[in-house]
Amino acid sequence: MAATFQSSLYTSRRRRNRISMGLAYAATAFGLSWLVLILAVLLWEGFSGLSLSVFTEMTPPPGSAGGLLNPIAGSLIMTVIAVLIGTPLGILAGTYMAEYGRYDRLTTVVRFINDILLSAPSIVVGLFVYEVMVAQMGHFSGWAGAVALAVIVVPVVVRTTEDMLILVPDTLREAAASIGLPRSNMIIKVAYRAARAGMVTGVLLAVARISGETAPLLFTALNNQFWSLNLNAPVASLPVVIFQFALSPYSDWQKLAWTGALIITLAVLALSIIARTLTAQRKTS
Amino acid sequence: MQPTGRAPVVDVALQDTGIAVADQVDRAKVLQRLRLGDAAYRHLTRAAAITVLVILGGIIFSLIWGSLPALRTFGISFLYEEAWNPVTEKFGAIAPIYGTIVTSIIAMLIAVPVGLFIAVFLTELCPMWLRRPVGIAIELLAGIPSIIYGIWGLFVFAPFLQQHVQPFIISLFGDIPVLSTLFAGPPYGIGILTAGLILAIMVLPFVTSISRDVFEAVPPVLKEAAYGLGCTTWEVCRYVVLPYARVGVIGGVMLGLGRALGETMAVTFVIGNAHRISGSLLAPGTTISATIANEFTEAVGDLYTSALIALGLILFVITFIVLAAARLMLMRMNARVGG
Repeated sequence: MAATFQSSLYTSRRRRNRISMGLAYAATAFGLSWLVLILAVLLWEGFSGLSLSVFTEMTPPPGSAGGLLNPIAGSLIMTVIAVLIGTPLGILAGTYMAEYGRYDRLTTVVRFINDILLSAPSIVVGLFVYEVMVAQMGHFSGWAGAVALAVIVVPVVVRTTEDMLILVPDTLREAAASIGLPRSNMIIKVAYRAARAGMVTGVLLAVARISGETAPLLFTALNNQFWSLNLNAPVASLPVVIFQFALSPYSDWQKLAWTGALIITLAVLALSIIARTLTAQRKTS
Repeated sequence: MQPTGRAPVVDVALQDTGIAVADQVDRAKVLQRLRLGDAAYRHLTRAAAITVLVILGGIIFSLIWGSLPALRTFGISFLYEEAWNPVTEKFGAIAPIYGTIVTSIIAMLIAVPVGLFIAVFLTELCPMWLRRPVGIAIELLAGIPSIIYGIWGLFVFAPFLQQHVQPFIISLFGDIPVLSTLFAGPPYGIGILTAGLILAIMVLPFVTSISRDVFEAVPPVLKEAAYGLGCTTWEVCRYVVLPYARVGVIGGVMLGLGRALGETMAVTFVIGNAHRISGSLLAPGTTISATIANEFTEAVGDLYTSALIALGLILFVITFIVLAAARLMLMRMNARVGG
C-alpha cells in the first residue's frame, strides 16, 4: 500500500516535471520561431524589391518607379546630428555619475530618472520636441527631428558610460592619483581609455535604437517627398516613409516600404552584432 | 595592465603642462591651472547630469503646458468621456485608454508565462554551447525596430489571423455566454487582439532577458541543496528559483509592461484606429500612442492638438508610474543580491 502510494507520488512528480520541461522547450521554440518568421518574410519581400535604383532615385509618386535616396540621406543626417548632440552629453553625465559623484544623492536621482527615460514612450519625446521646437519655430524641421532622436540617445549613452566606468578597477584611479594627476586628467587619460570599448558599444546601441525610431519623427521632421538637405525644412526619413508607404493602397509603395524595412533591419542587426563582438572582446581580454 | 600605454606615467600626466622644464614659479601656475581644469570638468559633468533631469522636467512641463487648453475645456470628464469628434470639438480619452490597457494586458498574459519558461530553459535545461546563441537570438528579437513588427503585422500576421484563426475562434466560442461577446463580430484581422499579440511578441524578449538575469543571480548552493533533496527540475524552479527571484521578475515584467503601454508603431499598423469601446476583442480599437501617431499632424485647431497632447500626458503618467515601480523593485532585488 505504502509502496504504491510512494511510486504514484513519484510518477506524478515525474510527469509534472516532464510536462513543465516540455513547456519550457515549447516556449523557446515559440519565441525563436517568431524571429525566424519575421526575418524570413522580411528577407523575402525586401530582397525582391532591392535594386540599385533604391539607392539612387527619389521616392516616387504612386504608380511610378523610384527609390529611397532622400529618406536614406535624411535618416543618416539626422542620426549623425543626434549622435553628435547626444553622445557628449551622455558621456559627461555618465562620467559625473561614475567618477565625481558616485555616492551622491544627485547620482541616485539621475540614475533613476535616466532609467525611466530609457524606456519612456518615444512618441512622448516627439510631443515634447514638437512643443519646444516645432511650435516655437512655427514649422516642422530636420533639426527638430535630430533633437528628438538626441533625446533618445542620451539615456542609452548615460547608462552604458556609467556601467563601463564603474567596471574600471579603482587601482588604476589610485595609481593615477598617486602620481599627482588631477581627477579630470585621470578620467580622460586613464578611465576613458580603459572603458573605451564599452562606451563605443553604448553609442552603437544608441544608433541602432534611433535608426528604427519612427514615432518621435512623425511630427518633428515630418516627411518630404523631394531631395532636401535643408534642416530648417521638413526632412524625409526611412521609418516615416515606411510608415506612409506601407499604409498606402499602392502596391509599388508597399514594395518600397518592405525594402526600406529590410535596409533598416539589416543596419540595426549589423550594429548590434558589432556592438556585441566589441563587448565580447573586452570580456576575453 | 598598462592603461596609459608604453610611456612612463609621469610623462603622460605632465605632457601638456611642460612641468618638466618649468621652474618654481611656473610650477605653481601649472598646478593652479590643473586645479581649475579639474574644477571646470567637474562642473561640466555635473551640468550634464543635471541636464538629464532637465530633459525629464521639460517633458513633463511641456506636456502639461500643451494639454492645458483641453484640460481647461473638458476638465476631469476628459478622462471618462468616450466621444472623440474633431468636427464638434468634443474629446474624451476613455477609448484610447481602454485600448492601451487591454492590448497591454493581452500582451503580458502571453509574454510573461512564455518568457519565464524560456528563462527556465536557458538557465536549467539548455546545454552550455547553445546558451549564448539562443540568448543572442532572443535579444536580436528585442533589437528589431517596432516599425518592422508593424509592417509584418499588417501584411502577414493580420491577414493570417483573419483567414485562419479568427473565424475558428468566432465559431468555437459562439455559443458560450461571455466568450461569445468577447470574440464576437466579423473577422477584421486588424483589431485589439491582433495588436495585443504583436505586443506580446515585442515584449517577450524583455521579459525573457531580465528573468534570465535574475534566475542566474540565484545562488547555486540553494539550487544544489534542493536537487540534493531529490527535487525535480520543475520543483527547483517553482519552489526555489522563482521565490528567490520574485521581486526581480516582477520588476522585469513591469518594465515590459511599460514598453507595451507606450509602444506606438507596431500597434498603429494593426489596431484599426477606431475611437470606440467594443465588447469584442476582434473589433478595431485604438490606443493612446496610435491615436497620437495617426492624428497629430492632421489635427486642425488648438483644441484638437491640445487634446492629443493631453493623451500624451496621460500615457506618460501611466508609464512613469509603471516604470518607476519596476525600477524600485529591480533596485531592491539588486540590493539583496549585493548584500
